[in-house]
Amino acid sequence: MNDTAPLLQVDDLHVAFRTPLGLTEAVKGVSFQIEKGETMALVGESGSGKSVSALSILQLLNYPVASHPKGSIRFRGQELIGAPDTTMRDIRGDRISMVFQEPITALNPLHTIEKQIGEILITHKGLVASAARSRTLELLDLVGIRDAAQRLGAYPHELSGGQRQRVMIAMALANEPDLLIADEPTTAVDVTIQAQILDLMLALQAKLGMAMLLITHDLGVVRKMAPRVAVMRLGEIVEAGDTEQVFANPQHPYTKQLMAAEPGGAPPDYDETAAEIISADDFRVWYPIKAGVMRRTVDYVKAVDGVSFKIRAGQTVGVVGESGSGKSSLALGILRLISSRGPVVFMGRDIQGLRAKALRPLRREMQIVFQDPFGSLSPRFTVGEIVGEGLRIHAIGDDDERDARVVAALEEVGLDPATRHRYPHEFSGGQRQRISVARAMVLKPKLLILDEPTSALDMSVQAQMVELLRGLQRDHALAYIFISHDLRVVRAMSHDVIVMRNGLVVEQGSAKQVIEAPKEAYTKALMAAAFELRADTSGVVGV
Amino acid sequence: MAVASGAQRFLFWTISPISARRLANFRANRRGVWSLWLFLILFFLSLFAEFIANDKPLLVWYDGGLYSPVIRPHPETTFGGDFATTADFTDEFLIENIKKKGGWVIWPLIPYRHDTQIRDLPVPAPSYPTAQNWLGTDDQGRDLVARLIYGFRISVLFGIILTILSTIVGVAAGAVQGYFGGRVDLYFQRFIEVWDSVPLLYLLIILSAIIEPNFWWLLGILLLFSWMGLVGVVRAEFLRARNFDYVRAARALGASDGAIMFRHVLPNAMVATLTFMPFILQGSIVALTSLDFLGFGLPPGSASLGEMLKQGKANLHAPWLVVTAFLVIAVMLSLLIFIGEAVRDAFDPRKAVTGGVPPEEAIVSPSAPPAMATVEPTAGPAATARRHLTKGGQPPDVEPER
Repeated sequence: MNDTAPLLQVDDLHVAFRTPLGLTEAVKGVSFQIEKGETMALVGESGSGKSVSALSILQLLNYPVASHPKGSIRFRGQELIGAPDTTMRDIRGDRISMVFQEPITALNPLHTIEKQIGEILITHKGLVASAARSRTLELLDLVGIRDAAQRLGAYPHELSGGQRQRVMIAMALANEPDLLIADEPTTAVDVTIQAQILDLMLALQAKLGMAMLLITHDLGVVRKMAPRVAVMRLGEIVEAGDTEQVFANPQHPYTKQLMAAEPGGAPPDYDETAAEIISADDFRVWYPIKAGVMRRTVDYVKAVDGVSFKIRAGQTVGVVGESGSGKSSLALGILRLISSRGPVVFMGRDIQGLRAKALRPLRREMQIVFQDPFGSLSPRFTVGEIVGEGLRIHAIGDDDERDARVVAALEEVGLDPATRHRYPHEFSGGQRQRISVARAMVLKPKLLILDEPTSALDMSVQAQMVELLRGLQRDHALAYIFISHDLRVVRAMSHDVIVMRNGLVVEQGSAKQVIEAPKEAYTKALMAAAFELRADTSGVVGV
Repeated sequence: MAVASGAQRFLFWTISPISARRLANFRANRRGVWSLWLFLILFFLSLFAEFIANDKPLLVWYDGGLYSPVIRPHPETTFGGDFATTADFTDEFLIENIKKKGGWVIWPLIPYRHDTQIRDLPVPAPSYPTAQNWLGTDDQGRDLVARLIYGFRISVLFGIILTILSTIVGVAAGAVQGYFGGRVDLYFQRFIEVWDSVPLLYLLIILSAIIEPNFWWLLGILLLFSWMGLVGVVRAEFLRARNFDYVRAARALGASDGAIMFRHVLPNAMVATLTFMPFILQGSIVALTSLDFLGFGLPPGSASLGEMLKQGKANLHAPWLVVTAFLVIAVMLSLLIFIGEAVRDAFDPRKAVTGGVPPEEAIVSPSAPPAMATVEPTAGPAATARRHLTKGGQPPDVEPER
């Protein structure tokens, strides 16, 4: 060990993966260094190689499929590339530890949290069980889990998302590492919890004096957490430096593009006297809870409980809420894809209780775009078949005309019509989402329900998507129901906003009023967390 | 190996990249490929059993005319005989007659049918293997090779028909249960439980006392009970797939239930179905063979491998019977198992990582990325690396859009 060397020094790191097509370079010559106690952020979109770089530090890639043709990673002067397994085991989880994005898959569902945290202590510190237990308690206290003693015996599924992430952090901190690598630590949690977790990490870092390598795609998180930033693209660092400086005065065109990519602007104006497309009154989606031998309905899970709204042509209603608030149930219920109660008047006709056959012609007019661009396209159909499916179902036109319409729809969403003979897996996430939009638009609907259409996309792609959707709305006077947990996108899209929580409407009104001058405590906390990454716990039940 | 872009071709069909990958996986299992070819050749040859083993000549040249008794029977009078009955070419007199007129006779490779009783055996039946009867004869004096060929054909045909029919019924039943779920599923499942507990063998014994079971009777009765094998997997696939986003999207487009089941969900279930099919085929053949062995199968006199086993058991002093029957059944079933293994490999999504096109199964969506805990230092990163690996074949994820 060399005390004068930087804590972590990465030089000209290359990572290559062996594929059937030959060697693919995921990281091409990345260099950076982190000093003791310092925080650095690695920013980039998916596929930029930031996670691969981080995993290389711990030598956690799938060797020998992955390899390092060049470069070196030195931790306190010690070379890690090609280091023997025994050395790596001493470093992993002890000197360098990692926090992952998805706590539910990163925690073993079959062990209590006491066992999972204790295992690290016993492995690396050689603690006996009782000492491990008291240290585990200390750690849980440290990461702010209340009543830690009662929580020791809990299994991961008994904890909320935020609590799980806290447990993950406790595990990472168990041996007071010199370097903490946090790979998208807050991407999987709700905004209010994100703010709390980030606060916690900052506080812990100050307390323990460890260095941190933060990997994220979220520029807001970088701004809050890291004084230094490196922007990655296609396996290379395109720009690095002081965060404030990079943000204020980006040099590289890609960085500029990234800075400009945050969805902004306002939705196109709509005619307030335009025809009413859809309205719902006291709309409810209740899932029955059945019990007993006879499966009698004993109670209901009230996924959506009493939502009312009206949407005119060209208008967007944003539905905001954290996970489990009933946003998606609302979308599926309105489309009559799950059973619901309460009148839904679509184009002047109550569709609640309409039989499937009577509803079918109306389905042309109301379409939906789902969140997951990977799951919403059948992998077995070509893009042309997927987009043309609706035309085929509604027997619109002959083969030639359908093809022409598919081409037009693809062009409208900004895709090359020549791609209609290809399969979805050949497209990136953003392109797939465009295909989903084309599938809906080809039927020329009046109402489009967008269920988190941008959540799975990279930031710059999100902005393009928002542009596309606004353009379509302007051209076709579409009515949108825009569902998202991302308030920045909602602000860029919506005229009116409904804030939902636990199936109930917390606040409802024009977007300007709800976002800029929220009345309810919950809405205030939500806005603070979303736009300022500030944990305002007054209106939120903390975790 | 060809990848990603554009359609690919297999024989005459254009196939999707997924199918191309599966085909490659199938071909990678050499044993399975060899087994498939061997089985197909044997089956193809056995389809022409009449031309390989028959007691009628393939061609007869007689008195300036060419006859093919295999294809069309001719009366004896055609060849200078005395009676208007169908010519019996095992009759020395007839052959002599043809030769006298300068004619000739081309016999099939094996000049016996499965039911030809050979009268001039050197020893009482069952006779041992000789140059005339390569594997000897059974206890009715019938040539064993001829019976094998015909027996193989009927076994495989029976198996294939039963497999196809029970797959159709099973997939339909599973699809309905899985797709509609709820009450339909509940009652259908209970019905299957009751139906499954009907003792098939007793039913067959009782039935065979009333009617004489033939090929189609047996097929029908076995079908009544064999369709349930696939219901479980198909139902599970439908239960899973009906909540997929693209199935929801199809419903939102207004597709009818039938169209969704057929176009969108069924392809998912086909993977499980096709994987099971070689094994169902193998099971069907075993079922027929065992019924024949027990004596409740095909009518007496039919060529059947089960009946040959039965004869072997009754005639232990004639080991060629039991050895032949055993070897043929063992080889046939092994071939099917090997084919089944190769098919299973072909549809195995895990195989995709090591050889082939980026698979749809292995692409992890950004909303559910792989992750790991410090406790398990190997599981997660492998998955992560796989994710990046599978991206290798695709365009980089930074949007090349306008």
